[in-house]
Amino acid sequence: MDDPSQGNSDYVIEMNHIRKEFAGIVANDDITLQLRRGEIHALLGENGAGKSTLMSVLFGLYKPDGGEIRKNGQVVKINSPNDATALHIGMVHQHFKLIEVFTVLDNIILGAEDTKFGFLSRKEARARITELSEKYGLRVDLDAKIEDTTVGMQQRVEILKMLYRDNEILIFDEPTAVLTPSEIDELMKIMKNLAAEGKSLLFISHKLNEIMEVSDRVTVLRKGKYVGTVNTKDTNKQELSNMMVGRPVQLVVEKGEAVPGDVILDVSHFSVPSRIHSRNAVSDVSFQVREGEILCIAGIDGNGQTDLVYGLTGIEKSNGGTVSLCGRDITRLSVKKRGEDMSHIPEDRHKHGLILDFTLEQNMVLQRFLEAEFQNRQFIRFNAVREYTQELIERFDVRSALGPLTRARSMSGGNQQKAVIARELDRNKKLIVAVQPTRGLDVGAIEFVHSELVKERDAGKAILLVSLELDEVMSLSDRILVMYEGEIVGEFDPKKVTVQELGLYMTGARRQDGKGGATA
Amino acid sequence: MAFLIRQTLLYAVPLMIVALAGVFAERSGVINLALEGMMIFGAYIGVVCMNVMVSLGWFDAVKASGNMWSMQWYVLAAMAVSAMAGCLFSMLLAFAAISLKADQTIGGTALNMMAPALVLFLVRVTAKQNILQLSSGDSATWFMVKKAMWGFEKSYKLSVMGEAFLNKVYLTTYFCILLFVVMAVILYKTRFGLRLRSCGENPQASASLGIDVIRMRYIGVMISGALAGLGGCVFAISTANCSANGEVSGFGFLALAVMIFGNWKPLPIALGAILFGLFKCIAASYSTLDVNGDGYFALANLGLNANFYRMLPYLITLIVLAFTSRSSRAPKAEGIPYDPSMR
Repeated sequence: MDDPSQGNSDYVIEMNHIRKEFAGIVANDDITLQLRRGEIHALLGENGAGKSTLMSVLFGLYKPDGGEIRKNGQVVKINSPNDATALHIGMVHQHFKLIEVFTVLDNIILGAEDTKFGFLSRKEARARITELSEKYGLRVDLDAKIEDTTVGMQQRVEILKMLYRDNEILIFDEPTAVLTPSEIDELMKIMKNLAAEGKSLLFISHKLNEIMEVSDRVTVLRKGKYVGTVNTKDTNKQELSNMMVGRPVQLVVEKGEAVPGDVILDVSHFSVPSRIHSRNAVSDVSFQVREGEILCIAGIDGNGQTDLVYGLTGIEKSNGGTVSLCGRDITRLSVKKRGEDMSHIPEDRHKHGLILDFTLEQNMVLQRFLEAEFQNRQFIRFNAVREYTQELIERFDVRSALGPLTRARSMSGGNQQKAVIARELDRNKKLIVAVQPTRGLDVGAIEFVHSELVKERDAGKAILLVSLELDEVMSLSDRILVMYEGEIVGEFDPKKVTVQELGLYMTGARRQDGKGGATA
Repeated sequence: MAFLIRQTLLYAVPLMIVALAGVFAERSGVINLALEGMMIFGAYIGVVCMNVMVSLGWFDAVKASGNMWSMQWYVLAAMAVSAMAGCLFSMLLAFAAISLKADQTIGGTALNMMAPALVLFLVRVTAKQNILQLSSGDSATWFMVKKAMWGFEKSYKLSVMGEAFLNKVYLTTYFCILLFVVMAVILYKTRFGLRLRSCGENPQASASLGIDVIRMRYIGVMISGALAGLGGCVFAISTANCSANGEVSGFGFLALAVMIFGNWKPLPIALGAILFGLFKCIAASYSTLDVNGDGYFALANLGLNANFYRMLPYLITLIVLAFTSRSSRAPKAEGIPYDPSMR
């Protein structure tokens, strides 16, 4: 490796020995990242490894406490996003920075507008953007409002924003998290195009498949420290994940054949009204979940999965069909009554999973404080609650500053999620409804949650899993249902279907009942 | 008919300009409930300004010269001073809401309570009564544009349109319409307007593109204050006979309703203002309203209670808002103090 302290103009960007602390926690500790011109450089690490912090330093959002940044060998100071833009560094943020009610055109020019006699010269901008979008294959509808466009197009708008500003160094922060499989394929193509045109790309991700496919080199971070940089073609997924986690990781969920037993959950012609528009969010859905199987509902976010779960768990009222659980009709029962046979790992842990200003131990007995174990003549037995919480903390490795007495709000997202999972799995109910159970968890924790779910399945539980992550869907489920626009458009055996095929159903291009699909 | 058009415009114009004032603040991301207060303050300053000009003898000089058009310059000058006063007054809201990140609803309400109290206090101290009026003359004879000023003979009969738009009108009306168009163009066709609107929708996105959100919001609120102050002055001159008593008959709140009804967009706001102006006009003069000039007073002959007509504008506000506020869409980030660390 070159001596970083000398600077080397082979690299378009060098970040040498970067250090960044937040209130005593070292987020970046002596990290070096060197980006070559025209390469796609992946930055790999678990949640909290310091990837976003490092990129925020490069983009001028944070000021580093130590180290230097060089561009083309020259030391530069980047104190704000404006400085970064002036140095032709652009970033596609994980959460898009778009104005929903503006047109695509206005979003692209915002902040870099050209004017004529004080008026916006939209016509010239339109010509330039059209040229850029043709050159790089970025299809956008310039007159559509952002709120009416797909996530994929929104991302292309973000990329065009960077190109419109003549950015040379393009940072992509977890760009694939929100995309469908076909959109991911398209993005990969676009990224390769950009690199071929001489742009230098930094690609933040923790998805090994994508990194292997698209990147030239990979820099791995772990717990704020620099682990190493490797050439993608000289490595493999297993090696990368070991570098990322620091120990050998099981990438594939180990599970045996499912042995489905009796029907636990029977949903028939079930409909749930939408809170946004007048038609139903879930319409005429029928399926069964048996004991000893994991049924997974796949689909792109916003196709009725959330509403289906709300309807099943009783958060939202249904307006058609019936649901029976363990042979009992629960269609009109309250959330509490349904909970007698059902565990629920909710999608939004802040809204439905935890009371953020309660302590961890209070949260752990939210549904159970009236059980004999935890009360004595209507008074809560605090010692019993604390012991119980302590036990769950150890079993599920929930990390927090003050143990059972930590306020839920002060815990990290991953640990909040683990707390919810611990509580719900330990309630030991016949049906487990798990909505994106591994959201916000890193590879190690995902491995743990997956194995716990498989264990529950093998113990004869019925598991209804809702997930947006296709990898998770494919590896964990025994049966897959695809939801599109509130309907179930297909049922699959994970062993006999490909991710690409599922993608077609998820986007409505195909459906099994022969009604014919919309255009892709 | 001519009377109806003229009178409707008279009411519609302050509503329109003050509703647009609200748009500038809210599109930048700051809820401006204080439109009423800013109007009251602007109206007061406008009347004070007029009184100062009276006491300096400027108006008498104009009357002596015989060219009533030059009076209009003084009217515009008073409007400019009111606009500046409104701008200064709005800084209170801007500072509380943007720099101190206070609750914008409460901040606006505080200003609405403060303005009438302050104005009434000042009026009582200076005028020794509850209302501040012109010390001599009246606004109708001084500031109104009449057909004689266009060179028409007294006996000359104007067409209905000429009667509606040229005789017994106020220049302020046309000035405000022009200003309204200019401000709307600024909001939609310029760099400044685009950036201002972005700050009310997604300030984090604006900041990531190098836009100074804090600065934009200050400017938005100050423009809002200036327009509302100016609107107050127009109200005082044209509908309140150039007097100030610490209220603008709820025009600020009506303007707020017009803004919501107009979905924070200029054209629907203009239409909404005219609708409300029409009902205001009917409320004020239903008994003498003679639409086609045949001497038949249709509304008066309906025999409804007078109070019903007085209620009409507010009743209509309530009904229209009940039906339209569901589909109207406020700027997404309004009311939320900008916090750069939130992403």
